Amino acid sequence: MRSFTYERASLAQEAAAKAQETPGAKFIAGGTNLLDLMKLEIETPQHLIDVNGLKFDKIEKTEDGGLRIGALVRNTALAADMRVRRDYGVLSRALLAGASGQLRNKATTAGNLLQRTRCPYFYDTNQPCNKRTPGSGCAAIAGYSRQLGVIGVSEACIATNPSDMAVAMRALDAEVETIDAAGRTRKIPIADFHRLPGDRPDLETTLSSGELITAVTLPPPLRGTHIYKKVRDRASYAFALVSVAAVLQRDGTGRLAVGGVAPKPWRIEKAEAELRGGAKPFSARLLADAKPTNENAFKVTLVERTVAAVMHEARQK
Amino acid sequence: MKFDTAAEANPIDRMRVVGRAHPRIDGPLKTTGRAAYAYEHHDVVTNPAYGVIVGSAIGKGRIARIDLTVAERAPGVIAVVTAENAGKLGKGKHNTAKLLGGPDIDHYHQAVAVVVATTFEQATAAAALVRVEYAQAEGRFDLDEALKTAPLAKDPNSPEKQGPPESRTGDFEQAFAQAPVKLDELYTTPDQSHSMMEPHASLAAWNGEELTIWTSNQMIDWGRTDLAITLGIPKENVRFVSPYVGGGFGCKLFLRSDAVMAALGAKAAGRPVKVALPRPFVPNSTTHRPATRQRIRIGATADGNILAIAHESGSGNLPDGQPETATNQTRLLYAGANRLTSMRLAVLDLPEGNAMRAPGEAPGLMALEIAMDELAEKLGMDPVELRVRNDTQVDPEKPERPFSERNLVGCLREGAERFGWQRRNSSPGAVRDGNWLVGMGMAVAFRNNMNIPSGARVRLGQDGRVTVETDMTDIGTGSYTIIAQTAAEMMGVDIENVLVRLGDSAFPISSGSGGQFGANSSTSGVYAACVKLREAVAQRLGFNSADATFTHGQVLGGNRSAKLIDAVRDGELVAEDKIEWGGLDKSYQQSTFGAHFVEAAVDGFTGEIRVRRMLAVCAAGRILNPLTARSQVIGAMTMGVGAALMEELAVDKRRGFFVNHDLAGYEVPVHADIPHQEVIFLDEADDKVSPMKAKGVAELGICGVAAAVANAVYNATGVRVRDYPVTLDKHLNSLPAVS
Repeated sequence: MRSFTYERASLAQEAAAKAQETPGAKFIAGGTNLLDLMKLEIETPQHLIDVNGLKFDKIEKTEDGGLRIGALVRNTALAADMRVRRDYGVLSRALLAGASGQLRNKATTAGNLLQRTRCPYFYDTNQPCNKRTPGSGCAAIAGYSRQLGVIGVSEACIATNPSDMAVAMRALDAEVETIDAAGRTRKIPIADFHRLPGDRPDLETTLSSGELITAVTLPPPLRGTHIYKKVRDRASYAFALVSVAAVLQRDGTGRLAVGGVAPKPWRIEKAEAELRGGAKPFSARLLADAKPTNENAFKVTLVERTVAAVMHEARQK
Repeated sequence: MKFDTAAEANPIDRMRVVGRAHPRIDGPLKTTGRAAYAYEHHDVVTNPAYGVIVGSAIGKGRIARIDLTVAERAPGVIAVVTAENAGKLGKGKHNTAKLLGGPDIDHYHQAVAVVVATTFEQATAAAALVRVEYAQAEGRFDLDEALKTAPLAKDPNSPEKQGPPESRTGDFEQAFAQAPVKLDELYTTPDQSHSMMEPHASLAAWNGEELTIWTSNQMIDWGRTDLAITLGIPKENVRFVSPYVGGGFGCKLFLRSDAVMAALGAKAAGRPVKVALPRPFVPNSTTHRPATRQRIRIGATADGNILAIAHESGSGNLPDGQPETATNQTRLLYAGANRLTSMRLAVLDLPEGNAMRAPGEAPGLMALEIAMDELAEKLGMDPVELRVRNDTQVDPEKPERPFSERNLVGCLREGAERFGWQRRNSSPGAVRDGNWLVGMGMAVAFRNNMNIPSGARVRLGQDGRVTVETDMTDIGTGSYTIIAQTAAEMMGVDIENVLVRLGDSAFPISSGSGGQFGANSSTSGVYAACVKLREAVAQRLGFNSADATFTHGQVLGGNRSAKLIDAVRDGELVAEDKIEWGGLDKSYQQSTFGAHFVEAAVDGFTGEIRVRRMLAVCAAGRILNPLTARSQVIGAMTMGVGAALMEELAVDKRRGFFVNHDLAGYEVPVHADIPHQEVIFLDEADDKVSPMKAKGVAELGICGVAAAVANAVYNATGVRVRDYPVTLDKHLNSLPAVS
């Protein structure tokens, strides 16, 4: 770990301004990912701005009947919130499928959205990685890629986004609220929040310099059967090979986002038109542009079969 | 004491303390954090500096240039040691590659420098500032490629350490060709990492020419000897201390770079230094279980008698490394007149392969016991009955050698009964429970018994307490407890009156912990020392020692009794002895046996595999402590589930290293993966193996588990997977259609 300076922020706009003007500054909240990365010198911030003192720790109703989740609401609290459990079951279930109890107690809503990939080459500083060291190359594409992405990937990077929570939020059409250094606020649809790697896999979100997440808002509750199914090699405490966040209706329509396959939660609204035809046509459309490696080609089949499992489960309810 | 004739009745047979389910006597120290592990000897060394190792960034090649100027100027840095400034170093007898590399690099993460600084954080930061330029060389990282031209390997387990490259009995080829029912399949097992909880760590302190090292090691005398050889100093100048070990599984059998670099760092810094290996160094800079490629051929009569059996295994290792002896069990487990086993060893430039829990048998049975399941299906025979049919009470290669004890059939029958094996549907893919495909599988457990010379010193103090000292280690297994039980039984005192001190080279040399030999060998050494102490006590109290009985703090003999404590009224008594082993293992084949039964379920949609029930039945001589023995077996069964379903070090064949080198990438089972586990020990006392009449169970427990799981998965799905681990991607395309 490199030495760094540290301050506690008390006002959001000041924190954003400070982050923008200080070279090598980063926000820290739960620190469950950032501190690990700093120990390995994958992240080397010169200055940390601790945002835990900001008052973004509430879950409140919005005027239109949705929920505003403060950026600092811990994953444990969010998963346990009665309104979330009742009206946004897919989100609660996704959260509980992720990490461990101890990590969820620390991890925040905004931090979860910003967690970085678990590609093993990203984690080994002896190896080339375009995400860690732009222009150094990608060791994963021709290397050990079983866990990695099959769609939305590029010649420069095939890393996946490891979040479970974000997959559910994508199915729910959440929005990310931010404030920037000038005090301007905006709402970013979750679909536009994460970037695809292209030739700049080091750029992972559409946040501007210093821009701070203040909340995630959920639209009014979506009726239907809420399911989060996470497929992995062991029963707990593992990243998804494939996960599916779904809100399905009795008539066979619904919304469906997939995790574990792409640099961002993967959802194509137009593919959902195929849902009445079953898992096969839906998945074929969803993954029409897939470019898997030999090692992770099974994920294409696994998506289809997991979607079928989710549709089957919905029919049983 | 030389053990060269079968044990007669002795005080251990009373089983008043030995054989009882006594909780670990070191348990409270561990649960309250008072047991000091290698990195935690804050009481004896109050001013350590911190060493952080720099590992090679390449798999094969040499260091072209190493620049320390920036690192040496970094805050807090006291010293930086590399091969250039370390002085002449030797290589330990048990090390394949050098523990400090340079200029030649033998494997990824081979230590190339240690940076010593005042704080751990400073040392870590400065280690990242060591600039190493490498000249990368072409490495051999692909086992399948390397095996194409690999020679046959000698058997390192044979008494002369280099038995014939092939073992042949009868005429395998002819018998196999003529057999009515044949199986011929290839099986693969991957590289695996021990992944014990505590990584290797050492604290080194010099006092003039004398070095004390507090470390985490299974084999005190091996470590001490190899450290002295490496540093080029007399063995007498090294004290090697390892009272508590946070898991080993074979990964801490040998000296590793933590100890060497702590010693070199402390010398350079002029003050004590401690070094812990970061987690990625465990797979890439210590040892791992080597991958295997195994071909098995079995020919049988139509009613299931094996006529011919061949097991050929290939593995790889660094130059001068050993093969993974995956054919061990096949030489002894089943009957059959025509036999062939052989091993090939390829040279690889991956990190060193070496012993991991049940080396040889664990990967060997992963293959053999799937093969037996496949053969049973070809024969239309129950898998349990096939094993019973081919039981042998003698060494099949040397029929004049009987087994000392062999109750494999008892394990199979008892296990089948208790597990409800008769409810298994022999048609694969036939049982459903909702979305789950459900199956049952079984496999045989087999692991050879080894005995190692083991010494101990026993002291009867004037307070009436018995103190045992031996350099035996307790790696979480229960050594402290079974040694205390042994001394209490022998001396006729309560276990609370026994103090056990382990893991210090100042104590008599023991067997150490490994190869499941530790429990039987080390307690036999304590038995021998106690026999001497009893003689000394009897002499002081005027008894004929041969017929004196030690019980409840009394010594009884003839028609009188005396208090044990009276023997030390005029001064304590100390006795030291060691157990040595005669030729009983030549006249009798000594092995341990078991049967594993598993119920597994496979998600019919996603192919995910979850184990539902596990049962192990073991026949392994006298069980010294059913509680600690059960813990060993359920731990081994858990590790077997890992081997079956998830554990695999992923090899990057271009860059030459294990990629998934942390516990997020290298998955081992978590609580949610492990269902109800039951363990049964059959009543047995093996008088041919030791005065304790005990053998080991800690490795037996893992043997066969993975195959039992794989066979249960096959019974559930009807899709046979012969490449471990059995992950969902390997059967997904063959599962019933879902959409």
